[in-house]
Amino acid sequence: MAVTYRAAVIDKVGLDALIRALAARGRTVIGPTVRDGAIVLAEVTGGADLPYGWGVAHEAGRYRLAPRRDGAAFAHSAGPQSWKSFLHPQRERQWSADRDADGSVVFSAESGPSPSYAFLGVRPCDLRAIAVQDRVLSGGRYPDPAYRRRRERAFVVAAECTEPGATCFCVSMDSGPAAGPGYDLALTEVIDSAGHRFLVRAGTEEGESLLGEVPSRPADTATQDAAHASVAAAADRMGRTMPQVDLQVLMRETLTAARWEDVASRCLTCGNCTMVCPTCFCTTAEDVTDLTGDHTERWRRWESCFDLEFTHLPGGPVRATGLSRYRQWATHKLGTWYDQFGSSGCVGCGRCIVWCPVGIDITEEAHALARERDGGVAAGSAPEAP
Amino acid sequence: MTALMTGTLPLPYRVVRTADETPDTAGIVLEPSGTPLPEFCPGQFAMVYAFGAGDIPLSVSAVDGHRLTLTVRSVGAVSGALRNAAAGSTVGVRGPFGTGWDVPADGDVLIVAGGIGLAPLRPVVRRVLAARERYGQVAVLIGARGPRDLLRPGETREWQEAGARVLTTVDRPAQGWSGDVGVVTMLLDRAAVAPAGTAAFVCGPEVMIRATARELVHRSVPAERIQVSLERTMHCGTGHCGHCQLGPLLLCLAGPVVPWDRARPLLSVREL
Repeated sequence: MAVTYRAAVIDKVGLDALIRALAARGRTVIGPTVRDGAIVLAEVTGGADLPYGWGVAHEAGRYRLAPRRDGAAFAHSAGPQSWKSFLHPQRERQWSADRDADGSVVFSAESGPSPSYAFLGVRPCDLRAIAVQDRVLSGGRYPDPAYRRRRERAFVVAAECTEPGATCFCVSMDSGPAAGPGYDLALTEVIDSAGHRFLVRAGTEEGESLLGEVPSRPADTATQDAAHASVAAAADRMGRTMPQVDLQVLMRETLTAARWEDVASRCLTCGNCTMVCPTCFCTTAEDVTDLTGDHTERWRRWESCFDLEFTHLPGGPVRATGLSRYRQWATHKLGTWYDQFGSSGCVGCGRCIVWCPVGIDITEEAHALARERDGGVAAGSAPEAP
Repeated sequence: MTALMTGTLPLPYRVVRTADETPDTAGIVLEPSGTPLPEFCPGQFAMVYAFGAGDIPLSVSAVDGHRLTLTVRSVGAVSGALRNAAAGSTVGVRGPFGTGWDVPADGDVLIVAGGIGLAPLRPVVRRVLAARERYGQVAVLIGARGPRDLLRPGETREWQEAGARVLTTVDRPAQGWSGDVGVVTMLLDRAAVAPAGTAAFVCGPEVMIRATARELVHRSVPAERIQVSLERTMHCGTGHCGHCQLGPLLLCLAGPVVPWDRARPLLSVREL
């Protein structure tokens, strides 16, 4: 039987109290802040650190902060980072090895303390992204112990989306704008004539107990209705859509489409899309040795499938062309991820579109592939005759 | 959860001996310094770590209790270090990883190896010859660059004596070579196996695998009865690093051994 947890309404003071209550429980609270002209995820110590009054204007290859008159805290769509920076960090030591004078070697697993995070303002697309990485890194035959430790200790405060961006398409990927499962608390920001407030729903016992520690009032119908209405309205304001076809099948059936040549002619293979993608998980192993030569460490760091070395074999790289590397990324994200992990690898956050230096748009590429497959219209073909 | 279960932490193994097999390839025999890894099945691979240099995937070419024999060709820093590892020194081993060969209990068996591709096929040959009476024709076809690149010619003669039909060919003959010259597929007509009842095992360079599998299908061996062992970049062995993808397959989990009906459509797409 599903347990129903409490819903309540808090104001900005309550949100500040929530951050402090999480910190008081020994958690490192990470939330959105304004830094370097972007919304950056960083440690927050109180409500004053949140980006009240900042929104974002973005498009393919463009990202700018934009002030908002309504003073909203969570009306900025996905920024350059995602929560994987904390759960699946960019660089991590896995083990170390020490060689004795007699040549014997002792391998020691990394056993340092695991951080206890509270993530504040996790957008529904990113909540789904966390669930996707859970399956990859901890749902298979070999659960990654470090990931699992951090994940189990993390407290998630979702912020439902009321302000999608021009590159958002979570509705197409069925990952927003309402928060799916996986949160401890879900906030919906409401700003109207009755004031600036947050509808808060608990999703776990710990969420409920935390909610009990901050000043709140019972959820009233007007706030609930306003919250639901603005999330519903957000669903109709997506800047992008995916084609309404089975994307897994589309990817499988278009591996030799002409469109890949078109996108490859624009792609710089820089790998930005893989760095900002909240689900991209690929890593490489790096071994470092100290000056004695008898202590070495194994580090794991993020790696991009756009890197030529990614498929290095003694005889040369498997994916030597930019075409094959972009195709690998896109078909993995939208297609073969289902085969490997039982879900889409794309959550519709739009980051790859925003942070592509040449503005390649995965939704536009998918539409073009669908057109080429279904209509036989080759990419880059001449415009229709007048 | 132990680190062993995760497949991330290597266990120390002692180098018992290394023996040169060809000018650039050595057999390396390892035994656990302490706790052994779970038993390897033929076709599975280990990630073998040379101190400070890194680790590489190596298929096991023999399993004798907890003792592992690996065949390593020196092509880079790690493989070079392993090939030259001194007896008594310590390496790190993770595994067993991946899906190995599915060896049938009877019928005809055809093994086709190119170069060092013979190494992961050795345990298949041994298993089949250990119960020779259960099988029909057993053929082992071996191709190599030159006579000096043939792995352990003495052992292949033993296989012949144990009831296998062993045929060998080289691309570049040397003085004194009186055997076949040419690609390994040339030997298929002399394998004398019945196509419909044959299980085929193929390992070697990808171009050789493609050509061999194509020829076998052409000779009516069912594609699902042809198993091939594929090579892709391996880092983790645990399905987390992403390097070994071949379309829908993470080869460190679903491979390296893949039935040809599965591999063929994937390998037919250039640079997939």
